Amino acid sequence: MGLLDQRFENGNVFVTSLENLLNWARLSSLYQMQFGLACCAIEMMAASASDFDIMRFGIIPRATPRQADVMFVAGTVTIKMASRIKRLYDQMAEPRYIISMGSCANCGGPYWEHGYHVLKGVDRVIPVDVFVPGCPPRPEALLEGIIKLQEKVRKESIVKKSA
Amino acid sequence: MIETKSLPTQYATQPGAIQTSSGKTLRTDEMIINMGPQHPSTHGVLRLEIVVDGEIIVDVIPHIGYLHRCFEKHAEHMTNYQQLIPYCDRLDYCAAINDEHSYVLAVERLLKIELPERVEYIRVIMAELQRIASHLIAVGTFGIDAGAFTPFLYAFHERELILDLFEMTCGARLLYNYFWIGGLSHDIPPQFVDKAKQFCKYFKPRIKEFNDLLTYNEIFVKRTANVGVLPKDVAINYASSGPMLRGSGINWDLRRDDPYSVYHKLQWEPQIGKGEMGTVGDVWDRHIVRMREMEMSVSIIEQALAALPEGNVQAAIPKRIRPEAGEVYARTETPRGELGFYVISDGSGTPYRVKGRAPTFVNLSVLPEISRGAMIADLVLIAGSVDIVLGQVDR
Amino acid sequence: MTAEEILNSLKARFGEAIVEAKLDAPQPWIVVDPARTKEIAFFLRDEPSLQFDYMMCLSGVDYNNGKLGIVYHLFSMVHKHKIVLKAFCTKEQPHIQSVAAVWATANWHEREVFDMYGIVIDEHPDLRRILLPYDWEGHPLRKDYKVPEFYNGIKVPY
Repeated sequence: MGLLDQRFENGNVFVTSLENLLNWARLSSLYQMQFGLACCAIEMMAASASDFDIMRFGIIPRATPRQADVMFVAGTVTIKMASRIKRLYDQMAEPRYIISMGSCANCGGPYWEHGYHVLKGVDRVIPVDVFVPGCPPRPEALLEGIIKLQEKVRKESIVKKSA
Repeated sequence: MIETKSLPTQYATQPGAIQTSSGKTLRTDEMIINMGPQHPSTHGVLRLEIVVDGEIIVDVIPHIGYLHRCFEKHAEHMTNYQQLIPYCDRLDYCAAINDEHSYVLAVERLLKIELPERVEYIRVIMAELQRIASHLIAVGTFGIDAGAFTPFLYAFHERELILDLFEMTCGARLLYNYFWIGGLSHDIPPQFVDKAKQFCKYFKPRIKEFNDLLTYNEIFVKRTANVGVLPKDVAINYASSGPMLRGSGINWDLRRDDPYSVYHKLQWEPQIGKGEMGTVGDVWDRHIVRMREMEMSVSIIEQALAALPEGNVQAAIPKRIRPEAGEVYARTETPRGELGFYVISDGSGTPYRVKGRAPTFVNLSVLPEISRGAMIADLVLIAGSVDIVLGQVDR
Repeated sequence: MTAEEILNSLKARFGEAIVEAKLDAPQPWIVVDPARTKEIAFFLRDEPSLQFDYMMCLSGVDYNNGKLGIVYHLFSMVHKHKIVLKAFCTKEQPHIQSVAAVWATANWHEREVFDMYGIVIDEHPDLRRILLPYDWEGHPLRKDYKVPEFYNGIKVPY
């Protein structure tokens, strides 16, 4: 507790709204579902290794979608895989967020023109919150995508339903 | 009949029945378990349908195609041969340079181009650096399969240094588009040679550290020795290649036996599995072959850096790539095995047919054969030792 | 052995099943009868002077004039020689005999050829699609393939 206890003069009491508290709790501990599809999965693994370290953002990999908050769709989604992704998305409990990582998941990527088996963007089957461009995006780009997602979560409201 | 060599004898009576100690017979049934496309231990989107009797595997049926990205269809629609190189990168995304090398070799054989020496030496340096990076991913994730998380962090940390070298040269970390037909896209920058030498000096003791941490760890040895044994004749009949083949004791390496580039001018040797901890051809053998190949790659890089000649790397790049009508099959040794490209040209600038023969596609077909009689926990290790990359299996 | 010697020993044994050959290409090839590929393959694998025990690659090709074919690239680990075999068929009668009993690796390769080109592989132990979903319609790598508009409610083109 080296940081928080220096900030408050009135004896470690601070007042906040329930919304802010819930949002702060949610964005600081987004549990990730381990779901790498293709090349972007290697950059996602590099981001979770020691050099870039997404664990410091509170993101811990969980093997099952039932315990996960965020799913990085990292890599090309094929049509054979699309129905399975939908099923995995349905199994995640709310609040759930999707980060689409890489151009294949955003819009079909380099396979957009002649790929008869490639789904042109994962947002054709599930709703996406943050799109991270790149082929593959650097781990720093993925970290920026996570920060953008955290800003989005920070602005959420428990009264108004999000889209 | 199930092989039950490692089980207590009371289970070894007959399939479908267990004798209890009081003499009664319990009827058992086989169960089908689905290790689905999303699974933390299958390296990518592979679906394994496992038929088990209790915990012993009776049969494994792999289902692939969850990452089929229509590489061969794209090949037929590209406006020229050069445009296909980024797609070749994405076949085996852990070892992109080696994919490019194989394709570029095939087209250069069709065009009958003579390459400058400098290009060949730089290609060898880049290919061996990529081999080390790819093996680091393989052994790191293999450690996670066995339950060891720390080697993964060590491996990826070393890998970042290699990716720095690549980024310095061509700007990309993972998928490069660096080998062009007839040369390279950029020459190496002036500080590359010193940094590469520094890396080689730094990396050699790290392999020993990694071995102490994982390879000779008693738990790891107990889990991997005598598991997933691939006999020699089965390996050849199934056309395995790479560490799968060498782990079974067969002395075969395409860099020496079907030579290409300047490997014949450098001193090195293929690493073979000898069954030091168990049987020849088990999972531990394939792992130690990968570790020793990394050491051998460091030595090749040092020799190539010392012998690097001067020259212009773009001197032999043709203005228009228009091979005459014909066909060629060229193969190279990638970290996962023999990657071959069968290129048919019809005389125009567009490829007529490009078939990528992926080593992991072929190596994966051995999986049902070598995992009968193992347990499900062993299957995870066997699949990890085949070292699959689904981009290459499904193309 | 050179390609000519291999061709001669094949012709001596099989006669009319060897249709034609092109020996002056950089990688010479021999065309065989599609209904007898299995026995030719057994001979190539088991004959002591040939011993083609390693099948490097098996690819399907669409030759764009109603002709489909399979190309086999074979290699011998013992004698270190290579040969290319080809077997052709038409789009109306797409049948070629399987060599999966000879080289176990041909099993998956032939399933892929069936998946992509629609060539029915006779006597294959398990002929079904391997890369595409099992209920996909059409054979994509044929030159006259049209991309479907929808597959199970998912829009396929861009």
